[in-house]
Amino acid sequence: MSTSVDVKTLLIDGQEVSARSGQTILEVAKENDIYIPTLCHLDGLSDVGACRLCVVEIKGNNKLFPACVTSVFEGMEVTTVTERLQKHRLTILEMLFAERNHICSVCVANGHCELQTLGQEQGLTHVRLPYRNPELPVDASHERFTLDHNRCIMCTRCVRVCAEIEGAHVWDVMGRGIDSMIISDLHEEWGKSSCTRCGKCVQVCPTGALFDKSKIGSDHPKYPDFLPNLNLMREAQ
Amino acid sequence: MSKLKLATVWLDGCSGCHMSFLDMDERLIALAELVDVVYSPIVDTKVFPDEVDIALVEGAVASVDDEKKIKKIRAHSKLLVAMGDCAVAGNVPSMRNPIGPEAILDRAYIENADVQRQIPCVVVPKLLRVVRPIHEFVKVDVFLPGCPPSADTFHAALTALVTGEPLDVPALTRFGA
Repeated sequence: MSTSVDVKTLLIDGQEVSARSGQTILEVAKENDIYIPTLCHLDGLSDVGACRLCVVEIKGNNKLFPACVTSVFEGMEVTTVTERLQKHRLTILEMLFAERNHICSVCVANGHCELQTLGQEQGLTHVRLPYRNPELPVDASHERFTLDHNRCIMCTRCVRVCAEIEGAHVWDVMGRGIDSMIISDLHEEWGKSSCTRCGKCVQVCPTGALFDKSKIGSDHPKYPDFLPNLNLMREAQ
Repeated sequence: MSKLKLATVWLDGCSGCHMSFLDMDERLIALAELVDVVYSPIVDTKVFPDEVDIALVEGAVASVDDEKKIKKIRAHSKLLVAMGDCAVAGNVPSMRNPIGPEAILDRAYIENADVQRQIPCVVVPKLLRVVRPIHEFVKVDVFLPGCPPSADTFHAALTALVTGEPLDVPALTRFGA
């Protein structure tokens, strides 16, 4: 055997684990059944570190590191649960809820929403920040799907799945900071865009921002698990 | 042991939380052994009492009247519970916030009215520009999200509050539950 694998040994929450060089903290944690909360990450897509929920502490550095885009190194000591991290994760969720209009009770994703589930899991019972209540459009021009900007958290999963997996790159991001918006093509109506109608973006959207028009009420579970399987099948070809 | 004084209040909400509270069914009888309901939409008292032990508040703060009420409730209650998503987060009443109260009043009383097209201006309280959760006005001690929180949630939470047992809200309920 001539192929040598560059193995790194590190500690995650005091547990000694080994990893391949170039792996992210999140990948290694998952392989070892260590849970790190994530929102913009999705198995099968590239990582962008947009939501910051997966922040962890690394010994010897006062900064917080997003586990999804931080590579492991030899002797690294990672902590995934501390009071400081919990505080930051909770605040991130509160900011997401306050930023746009998330009315869970009347949302098509109620009961199937990753933001809602994470809120409950992280102990969120109310939002301490004032709600911004922005006036945002709903694009219902597509014959099968709807984009409701009120529920969008700018995770960019739709942008990535459309560009990386479907290869259409219909979705992109317009604007800066809090004014960022998801747009189709060059900011045209979704119904008039170059959309291939595959529906992958709807399945990977963690909230009720992208939904199927044929679904009503809270009867809208999503199935993003198709992604790793699809990638595997493509690799095998 | 003397009974605790329980008040329940209905601000800008649909009364669904009160309905869910009543859904505790026969467990209400056991609860009545522990608390006296001194003020509520379901009892006849007209004025909020001076001393209340636990106040459950349903609904968001949407009018000048709601604002006055919530401040009075806070001043006279030992423990204030935000009951349901409207009180906790604004919920459906807050959906008018992006467009403002004028647009809503116009749609309800002018556009969609067949006769007597006029916006009510006497007796009814003035609407606030934005509907807000109650903790943006007063200190809230316990948050019970849910639309509405289930009868089981009410039972578990009230039992904990009355007996002083620890209360783990996220284990019971969430936004939109």
